[in-house]
Amino acid sequence: MKHDKAALKKAADDSNLIRPLMGNEALARGIWEAGVKVASAYPGTPSTEILENLARYPIEDIEAQWATNEKVAFDVAAGASFAGVRAACVMKHVGLNVAADALMSQTYIGVNGGLVLIVCDDPGIHSSQNEQDSRLYAKLAQIPVLEPVDAQEALEFVRIAFDISEEFDTPVIVRSTTRLSHTRSVVKMSDRLDVATRPFIEDPSKNVMIPLHARQRHLMLFEREKKLSAYFDSSPLTRIDEGSSEYGIISQSVAYSYVKEILPAAKVLKLAAAHPLPTKTIKAFCASVDRVFVVEELEPVVEDAVRGMNIKVEGKQWFPQTGEFSPEIVRRGFEEAGILEPLPADEKVDVEIVPTGRPPVLCSGCPHTSTYMAVRGLEARVAGDIGCYTLAAVKPLQAIDTCVSMGSSIANAVGMAKAGLNEKPIIATLGDSTFLHSGIPPLIDAVYNNANITVIILDNHITAMTGGQDHAATGVTLRGIATHQIDFEEMCRAIGVKWIKKVDSYDVGAMFRTFREATEYKGVSVVISDRPCVLDPLKIRGPALQVDAASCIACQSCMNLGCPSLIWSDEWYDGHHKITIDEPTCIGCTLCAQVCPSDCIRPVIAQ
Amino acid sequence: MNVENGKKDAAASATNVLIVGVGGQGVIMVSKVLALLCQKQGYQVKQSEVHGMAKRGGSVFSHVRFGPQVWSPTIPQGKADILLALEWAEGMRWIEHLNAKTSSFIADTQQIVPPFACLNRERGAIMAYSRETPDEVVSKVHRGYALDAGTMAAELGNVRVANTILLGVLSVVLDFPVEDWQDVIAQMVPPKTREVNAKAFLLGREWSKNADIPAPRTRPLLPDAHKTVQSRLEITAAWCKGCDICVKMCPERCLVLNTDQIAEMAQSEKCTGCRLCEWLCPDFAIKVKTEKQTSVTA
Repeated sequence: MKHDKAALKKAADDSNLIRPLMGNEALARGIWEAGVKVASAYPGTPSTEILENLARYPIEDIEAQWATNEKVAFDVAAGASFAGVRAACVMKHVGLNVAADALMSQTYIGVNGGLVLIVCDDPGIHSSQNEQDSRLYAKLAQIPVLEPVDAQEALEFVRIAFDISEEFDTPVIVRSTTRLSHTRSVVKMSDRLDVATRPFIEDPSKNVMIPLHARQRHLMLFEREKKLSAYFDSSPLTRIDEGSSEYGIISQSVAYSYVKEILPAAKVLKLAAAHPLPTKTIKAFCASVDRVFVVEELEPVVEDAVRGMNIKVEGKQWFPQTGEFSPEIVRRGFEEAGILEPLPADEKVDVEIVPTGRPPVLCSGCPHTSTYMAVRGLEARVAGDIGCYTLAAVKPLQAIDTCVSMGSSIANAVGMAKAGLNEKPIIATLGDSTFLHSGIPPLIDAVYNNANITVIILDNHITAMTGGQDHAATGVTLRGIATHQIDFEEMCRAIGVKWIKKVDSYDVGAMFRTFREATEYKGVSVVISDRPCVLDPLKIRGPALQVDAASCIACQSCMNLGCPSLIWSDEWYDGHHKITIDEPTCIGCTLCAQVCPSDCIRPVIAQ
Repeated sequence: MNVENGKKDAAASATNVLIVGVGGQGVIMVSKVLALLCQKQGYQVKQSEVHGMAKRGGSVFSHVRFGPQVWSPTIPQGKADILLALEWAEGMRWIEHLNAKTSSFIADTQQIVPPFACLNRERGAIMAYSRETPDEVVSKVHRGYALDAGTMAAELGNVRVANTILLGVLSVVLDFPVEDWQDVIAQMVPPKTREVNAKAFLLGREWSKNADIPAPRTRPLLPDAHKTVQSRLEITAAWCKGCDICVKMCPERCLVLNTDQIAEMAQSEKCTGCRLCEWLCPDFAIKVKTEKQTSVTA
């Protein structure tokens, strides 16, 4: 990352620099080049690096800040737009659900300074809880959604999105996907635009959405859509790669690159936006070919719209509606459609492979490990949440019963309690950043409605899952500036929680005792399980532990932790493998030593 | 982007390098070195990676494609020209992406055993980790290199340069000027480690001349005589005070407290005889009895 920082600094000086950039770096560059003054985001894979990269540009150019959640990020950007500057907000696809409430009204209002949402979808669910298609939101909000194909287009489309936003008085979505966000390709960069601040528009009929005004503005949306459709008809962003008239393909985003890979000579209508569509161009294109294919990832947004134009079109019957595309998936679709002959089978390497399962795991010394080890001992119903700790749902911890969306855990627990689920204690577990994101309203609900639940806040002092981002309880901003640090105990007390305790996550015994007390309390109890993440903001290292092989009884008790530093040694005891500790990765958290019944795990003694 | 109507078969013109390993090993760093090098050779290049959850010790892979024209950011299945594996089992996971007749395989034989490989509690359980040996695999690919880069790096005094040793081997397979490799590596590594990385790169090239395959890592199996033992739980009800430690801590969750609040075996078929309950019981109320079956010949 250090090197990229230097690269960007140099890039800022040299206007026509060309170098490989990751999609997210290019999107950030696009925001900066467009003259944006305010950018806000809540971190979420695969979108996180966009704001991190923006924070490397001078603070005089741009205010880049982490928001408490995506709705806040959107509203902050909208506020900046009201104030007459260009503004951007960034989120992952599920973040748009959180911001949707504001978006659905802001679309009626439109913009003053350009307002662009960058939304990163995750087809294939590499690191999410679903694979919803954000383009459907663009249809719902009747706003344009631009879909770049590579890093170069990502940069250019962001700049264009701001022009469209201001020209057509609309918020604009630039939709990325994991594949674009995390692919590096060569990008030509330019200078930052100098954009003048516009005067505040003092017009309640535009800016205040009461029913009277909203009814008027709703009509405007249809006019705007029509104009945008005409714009995309005449814009060079919509273009045709010529080819034979046997068949034509409509595509955009990364899917377009797969089409070009598979059928480099085909006739292709390359779109810039999946909504609103360039109706005239599409009709003419479809009339010029015998068969029409739409190749798009996830939902048939373009396909259905083209079909709505009374055009015979093929798409999802050949190309899947779930998962991420790949060249071979697109190829298979064209093979099944009779466009391509199947390739001769590749000569595969003739080795019978027993695959080694390597799912993601909690890190060595992760404080969540012990929390869930103790939770597991309680035999409770556990409502989980979004974060690294969701990994405690699988072997060996297996300590989580549900996981829905950001902040769901607490309200899910309230519902379980109110449903009369009482043979087991009911626990909600969620991380510090998730709690701030959307855990506070449900905690208020729990106290207000006097639910008998225990909430465990896994406070590791960082937004860990996305790679270590600051939040309101870390006391540091995105730009590394010190700020007020929220105290969870104080906050819970203010909400009205009567039973609050903080406990050291590395003390398994104390955790178990505290959790037990908390679950015995009738009403809302909160336990703050407190230890910093081992990776961020500092990589924690301690003296490694080692196993005294002579006294190891191979009971596998420590293996219940799922710590990646603990593996089987070559020695056996009573039919089971003894354990050994991988010293370079062990940070000496002592959790394994605490659960070892034969006391054979001790610090490495210097020779 | 200037898009022209490409008549050329882009798939055939691009070279595909698949770089794989475990989170934290440096897959992305190695990919960036290669991507920059390719750009400097005047090629179009796309480098695609998946991270996020992978950061947490999961498997990481990166696709580097370069050539006069590169469209797809990912390598079509079975079309990898080179597989560069920073970890042995990860190399095995992706070997299907190689063409046996034309492509090259370069792998570090070092093993990073995931915790999931060590979860089986059965008597005599075998680690769930790749068992293919380096010589067996190298003999079956078109061009294969298997080396213990981890140990070689340790001998150079910095385990982190294992990746650079592998890049040295890659430089023998890919036809780029050696000086360009050295320049890009020097540019990408931390300045303090430039010297050791330069040595590591040359060590990789040097090794590839003989390309001696390291001996496979073997793990002793449980002696047969011990395999025929069966275990059975004996609970002395009179001593049990119902503290439920055994119930809570049983890894297979096969114990319960009965209506008298006494520990009881509920699912004996799940018991692996790990003895954890015996060791944790504060009242010595649990004994794991093991019985040898005599009918089996050792």
